[in-house]
Amino acid sequence: MTFHLTQGTFSHLPPLTDDEIALQVQYCLDNNWPLNIEYTDDPHPRNTYWDMWGLPMFDIKDAKAIVFEINECRKAFGNYYIRVSAYDRTKGRQTIALSFIVNRPEHDPGFSLTRQESHDRVIRYTLRDYETDKPKGERYKS
Amino acid sequence: MTTLPTPDTEKQNDAVNATQDTSQEANVDVSSVLEESHVLDVLDKLDEELVGLTSVKMRIREIASLLVVDRLRRTLELTTRPPSLHMSFTGPPGTGKTSVAMRMATILHRLNYVRRGHLVAVTRDDLVGQYIGHTAPKTKEILKRAMGGVLFIDEAYYLYRQENERDYGQEVIEVLLQVMENQREDIVVILAGYKDRMETFFQSNPGVSSRIAHHLDFPNYTIEELLAIAHIMLAEQMYRFSPEAEKAFEAYLNKRMEMPRFSNGRSVRNALDRARLRQANRLIAKGGKLSRMDLMTIEAEDILASRVFTEGIPENEEKAPGPEMHEQPK
Repeated sequence: MTFHLTQGTFSHLPPLTDDEIALQVQYCLDNNWPLNIEYTDDPHPRNTYWDMWGLPMFDIKDAKAIVFEINECRKAFGNYYIRVSAYDRTKGRQTIALSFIVNRPEHDPGFSLTRQESHDRVIRYTLRDYETDKPKGERYKS
Repeated sequence: MTTLPTPDTEKQNDAVNATQDTSQEANVDVSSVLEESHVLDVLDKLDEELVGLTSVKMRIREIASLLVVDRLRRTLELTTRPPSLHMSFTGPPGTGKTSVAMRMATILHRLNYVRRGHLVAVTRDDLVGQYIGHTAPKTKEILKRAMGGVLFIDEAYYLYRQENERDYGQEVIEVLLQVMENQREDIVVILAGYKDRMETFFQSNPGVSSRIAHHLDFPNYTIEELLAIAHIMLAEQMYRFSPEAEKAFEAYLNKRMEMPRFSNGRSVRNALDRARLRQANRLIAKGGKLSRMDLMTIEAEDILASRVFTEGIPENEEKAPGPEMHEQPK
């Protein structure tokens, strides 16, 4: 089985189709959550700082406008991971309400697990993305 | 070929039967579509709340009918291309262009022509950038906000400056044209402005004019219509005219209509606002106990005190946008 990175709200599902993405985006907009598109070629689970595609999108009512931006981002960063995040600014939350991956590189070899022998037979584990050995911008080129 | 009916041929036979049947029995129900979309409610409300404007209302009814028929055709699998619904509203100030645009958004939404049914109202300032390369992203940003709804560009003729060919307004028009042509089902663009200026605008931009299917002209209101408008406005704010005030207001309108910078509905609203000020002043001066009627009624003296009767232009009217008063935007 090939490696399949799972992150965010729909991580247990197979990748969403474009129609499903549009429906989820519309759900966010109906809830009044501004959306934001981010991309990265360093998808380590602890890397929360992805690069932003433009500014967060406020005042948009229709999913079509967001889907347009997603497609623009795919054109520019087709071999990157791209995610969409919805920000819930209502009182008491002020946080991400929903976040899901909308684009994956064609080929991702996944992570290597490094075990480090430490004192007293303690083992420390490190997850390392095979592709992050390459410099930024050179990764996920099939 | 076998003689056995394959699913395909069966379907074809059905299709033939279906087309033959249509002549005998109605397969679609107009009233159910009308009921489901509640479009009649909106049209009735339009009739009720907007005074006059018969030609405009007629055209809106036609558009609504076309969209209903299109939906019926689609249920019978008759192919229809979505009609182009970009519009231009021309007419003197205060004739209800923005109000109609707002209702248009609701009507189109009810008929499933636009997905969201919101109205984004913009002017030149919201579309044109301040430096080279700023305009296209700014316009696209607005277009994205209007996706699934109606984009209303007020005083659209400012987009084109004849005297300056390097003006960024031209860029806006180019972006707009592209979207108006290619994304008809996502956005409806309504351009509004004073008639003469819009005409010069269309003359210098034939591409815009030809992409607009509906040119609606809003006429000036008659005195009766203006009075009816005044009554609706007063009722909304829980005020009423005394019988003498009614006559005084008619006299006021007759005088005001002759004067420059008369802007129809907007002038009526301004006049009523000033009458309310004078009524409040009168009540305070009078003092003592006031009844509910006193608080609601505008008397003739509240109107007759207007400067229109003594010297001419009323005090607050400078703000009312008349064509010649417009400040040129940056």
